[in-house]
Amino acid sequence: MGKAFYHVLMRDIRLALRSSHELANPLIFFVLVVSLFPLAVTPTPEALRAMAPGVIWVSALLAVLLSLDRLFKQDYEDGSLDQLMLSPNPLMVLVLAKVLAHWLLTGLPLVLIAPLLGMFLALPSAANEVLVYSLLLGTPVLSLIGAIGVSLTVAVNRGGVLLSLIVLPLYIPILIFGANAVDVAMSDMSVRGQLLFLAAVLALSISLAPLAIAVALRITASR
Amino acid sequence: MFTRIWRWIQRFSSPQYFYDMSAALIPWFAVGALLIGVYGLYLGLFVAPTDYQQGDSYRIIYIHVPAAWMSLFVYMVMAISAAIGLIWQIRLADMVAAASAPIGASFTFLALVTGALWGKPMWGAYWVWDARLTSELILLFLYMGYMALQSAIDDQRSADKASGLLAIVGVVNIPIIHYSVEWWNTLHQGATVTKFDTPSIHVDMLIPLLLMALAFKLFYVAMVLVRTRNEALYRDRNRRWVRDLFEAKKI
Repeated sequence: MGKAFYHVLMRDIRLALRSSHELANPLIFFVLVVSLFPLAVTPTPEALRAMAPGVIWVSALLAVLLSLDRLFKQDYEDGSLDQLMLSPNPLMVLVLAKVLAHWLLTGLPLVLIAPLLGMFLALPSAANEVLVYSLLLGTPVLSLIGAIGVSLTVAVNRGGVLLSLIVLPLYIPILIFGANAVDVAMSDMSVRGQLLFLAAVLALSISLAPLAIAVALRITASR
Repeated sequence: MFTRIWRWIQRFSSPQYFYDMSAALIPWFAVGALLIGVYGLYLGLFVAPTDYQQGDSYRIIYIHVPAAWMSLFVYMVMAISAAIGLIWQIRLADMVAAASAPIGASFTFLALVTGALWGKPMWGAYWVWDARLTSELILLFLYMGYMALQSAIDDQRSADKASGLLAIVGVVNIPIIHYSVEWWNTLHQGATVTKFDTPSIHVDMLIPLLLMALAFKLFYVAMVLVRTRNEALYRDRNRRWVRDLFEAKKI
């Protein structure tokens, strides 16, 4: 089982690295969207600081959402998804490996580049640090919940808008606590509560989401 | 023993049996909803005392609160029947779930609109990011996602299964969403929001409210029966029993 997990993980990473230009796209999107806000609103540091947590978090959410497509689409089209389902290993475990690979390739880069964007938006360095922690705890949840949505819509033609309709409402708690942690950090208060909540949701979704993803994939495949 | 119960359930949950039985039930629920609703509205609009703070404008509570209660209740019914359909493959349960979604979305919408209308005289604005209004808005999004997924998939069985799973995921999420919105609200809004629910409500105000809640529930049952009958006819349009009905000119 551990071996299967490892192999699925490595396979997805290897495949993604072979089309590395695609890998950079969500990241560029993230930077691009965030840098639209100073242009649209106002570039004064105070205003930027006030909106920074929300802007960065919403942009990260959208970047993850747009990258979700890659999670199962290709495997669905070339039939390797069916092979995964036929394998004697529990589908939940294999799916978890795929989501982990997805997060390593899209979520983690977003987390790493976020401090730069925090600097763009004049975040103080303490808040910038909290931004990284909150994204580190929050983006895996985004991948996990998003994976449920993709596995339900992967066979639907032009399922992109549908996917965001399904997934975005479920992202709201993460958005609230993630952005709020950064907001609170700016006023030098403790962010323990927010980060612990994000960690709790992460634990909950690691344990429950793979189950839902596996069921959803079987529903999709039974068509 | 188990197989006997199972066979019994299958017989009673067949769309044809349901179609025949439900015809007699609908009038009872519909008339009950109408009578109790009219009486409850009469009590609420004419008999209940005027609120010392909000004047007469509080009387929208008799629509707003039952609608808000129903919006959650219908989501629960939808998710539970979707789960039954998903686990035990009972088609009737899937039909009930699919039939409930638009009704629940309408209740949610009604709660939002009446909330906005109530907000104007009380808060001075139609929309305030109050915790309960916001949760209600998110609930509306959840309903819309369910309906969008249901209609996006052509194959009926997978559409039911997929949207059913989404409803179950939604149910797991609703408490999390609810409490995080509440928490967010206390941070951002603070005491600027007028608290509507006074700790205790006068009995003369409470009785019409409960009557209206009952009327809304009966109305929902009547509506869900009508809509499920429609679903049954539509989905089984190529089956024998629907054709027989059609040829006997009963439809």
